[in-house]
Amino acid sequence: MDTFLNFVVASVLAATPLLFGTLGEILTEKSGHLNLGVEGMMFMGGVAGLAGTYYYEQAISEPNKFVAAFIGVFCAFLCAMFGALIYSFLTITLRANQNVTGLALTTFGTGFGNFFGEILGTAAGGYVSVGTVIKAAFDEGIPVLKDIPIIGKLLFGYNFMVYAAVALAILLSWFLSKTKTGLNLRAVGESPATADAAGIPVTLYKYVATCIGGGICGLGGLYIVMNSANGTGGVWVHNSISGYGWLAVAIVIFATWNPIKAIVCSLVIGSLSILPYYYPISFIPSAIYEIFPYLATVAVLIMIIFRKKKNNLPPASLGLAYFREER
Amino acid sequence: MTYENVKKEPLVRIAKRPELPKKKAILVRISSIFVALLLGGLLILALGYNPALVYADIIKGSILSSTALKSTIKIAVPLLGAALAIAPAFKMKFWNCGAEGQITIGAIVATYFALFQVDNLPSPVLFIVAFAAAAIAGGLWGLIPAFFKARWGSNETLFTLMLNYIAIGFVKYLRVGPWMDKGQMFPKIPMFDKAARLPEVFGIHIGWIIVLALVIFIYIYMTRTKHGYEIAVVGESVSTARYSGMNVKKIIMRTMFLSGAIAGIVGWMMVCGTNYTLSDTTANGYGFTAIVVAWLSKLNPFTMVAISAFLAVLQKGSNTIQTNFGIPASASEVLTGLILLCMLGSEFFINYRFVFRKKTVGGDK
Repeated sequence: MDTFLNFVVASVLAATPLLFGTLGEILTEKSGHLNLGVEGMMFMGGVAGLAGTYYYEQAISEPNKFVAAFIGVFCAFLCAMFGALIYSFLTITLRANQNVTGLALTTFGTGFGNFFGEILGTAAGGYVSVGTVIKAAFDEGIPVLKDIPIIGKLLFGYNFMVYAAVALAILLSWFLSKTKTGLNLRAVGESPATADAAGIPVTLYKYVATCIGGGICGLGGLYIVMNSANGTGGVWVHNSISGYGWLAVAIVIFATWNPIKAIVCSLVIGSLSILPYYYPISFIPSAIYEIFPYLATVAVLIMIIFRKKKNNLPPASLGLAYFREER
Repeated sequence: MTYENVKKEPLVRIAKRPELPKKKAILVRISSIFVALLLGGLLILALGYNPALVYADIIKGSILSSTALKSTIKIAVPLLGAALAIAPAFKMKFWNCGAEGQITIGAIVATYFALFQVDNLPSPVLFIVAFAAAAIAGGLWGLIPAFFKARWGSNETLFTLMLNYIAIGFVKYLRVGPWMDKGQMFPKIPMFDKAARLPEVFGIHIGWIIVLALVIFIYIYMTRTKHGYEIAVVGESVSTARYSGMNVKKIIMRTMFLSGAIAGIVGWMMVCGTNYTLSDTTANGYGFTAIVVAWLSKLNPFTMVAISAFLAVLQKGSNTIQTNFGIPASASEVLTGLILLCMLGSEFFINYRFVFRKKTVGGDK
């Protein structure tokens, strides 16, 4: 029972960065833009969040954990948004190929993260590491409530980013189905020409959705860098984010562009990634066990073929550049 | 388009431009590389180093001595090979992001022969058998996503990416499992016997001759054969290909087999020519950087030679600036990313032009 409880908790912790990446990419893709740079933006967000909290800690003698959390989130969001802005400018204004631009952003973002991570380390003399207060800000659960036996651990023991991710999923679902702006955004993703004719500012919608989506992806990177249960715990580790971004892009398809389903789907993939540590199977070597999330993703990609329904389809104009003069 | 209802023409509008002369297009692309290097220079400056010195050091550390030049070429060869592998797939608009995994699978199979058949086969036979097996294995690994794409239209970008992690995961398993070198402190796969190492020509393993031959092969294959033509048609429009009676499924699978096979050959030369052993970093990111090379060279094999050499200089030079200036070697990734982003942006100026508002009131009709 104890193992199972720990397993569930660890699954939730492992799923959160994936959920951030997935939600960011859903918002981006709803505007008709396929941004394959999720991993790059995660790297950018991760390193910026670490830098922000680290310098805040250095500047102030007694850091406050709420301020630290805010600074981390703010810096990660902004930096990842900058990555998304480059992508938006190239694909929306300059009409570059979305696939290749996304891959370029991944190359750039990965390099950016590792480069500044190491610069930070050199500047700090060896390696960069944040203090206990800031680590606690990204690890601690809800005070008092978390001490209730079982339920406390299961429901209230997580760090604030876990709750933020779930809240964001619900918010995004509400936004996309219940608000006028959300419906407009979906119209832009389905048929930009129609949306344009209806007077929706297509370019503005695409820019805002792609940039905010990118920012959200960056929070996933922040989580991986700052959380110590399922990340590196406030230390920059070379290539630490590698792989998460691509899983997130795949989960978007798994979840059929639905933010609520994204919670469940990222939980499934997240739990698979930590399964070997909780339920080792004697005849499966752990190294093979570790590729299960990727195998599962492949299985999902194949499975998805056979359940094509009207509600499961990607936005109709996904991946296509919109050029008003060519209507 | 008429402007009858519009009081004023917009200040700037964008229009498609008639095809730009080739020389001008090349000029635009080269200047975009300079813009990228300039941006990189600003970054270096912001970190408090002299960009001119750093760039000079990159050149010095990568081509100005014969040892440095050799290791630069050793980077350029697999990079070029992987880019050649990707080219046919990309021409078909099949986004093969799985060269990394296909290289790894080729390397695994080549390693099997190098480790376990070295006593049974004379060296030349061993090389040929390992070469062929690596090519077939890489090809089959590339065929998996192609099969699902061709039959049911699954997403090939993600499929190929996931196969990368699976292939690399399998190497990790071999490293701690059946192929572990028992005499070592840390789990690793043993070094190859001398008889299983590729011979050198001018101080570099013979892989470079094979890759140069592949440049010519791919050029002819893509521009002078029926297969190449079919690939181009499928890439432009699947419907057109189908209406004209082409077997699209077959073309997709055949092309991906070829793509994977070339990547597998790259894996073979990585383990038998460069590393003399297999590790989870054997593919070393070449499969990803190759995407950049292929795209920047507009899928032209001869341009790929130049671009992969250029990126190899950046990569090797970055190691030098890490030693001399303490600038992290990841700088090469940042620069590569910048160059690619700038070149992608520059395409706009080749395909489109700005039309400014005329001074006369009313505009032109």
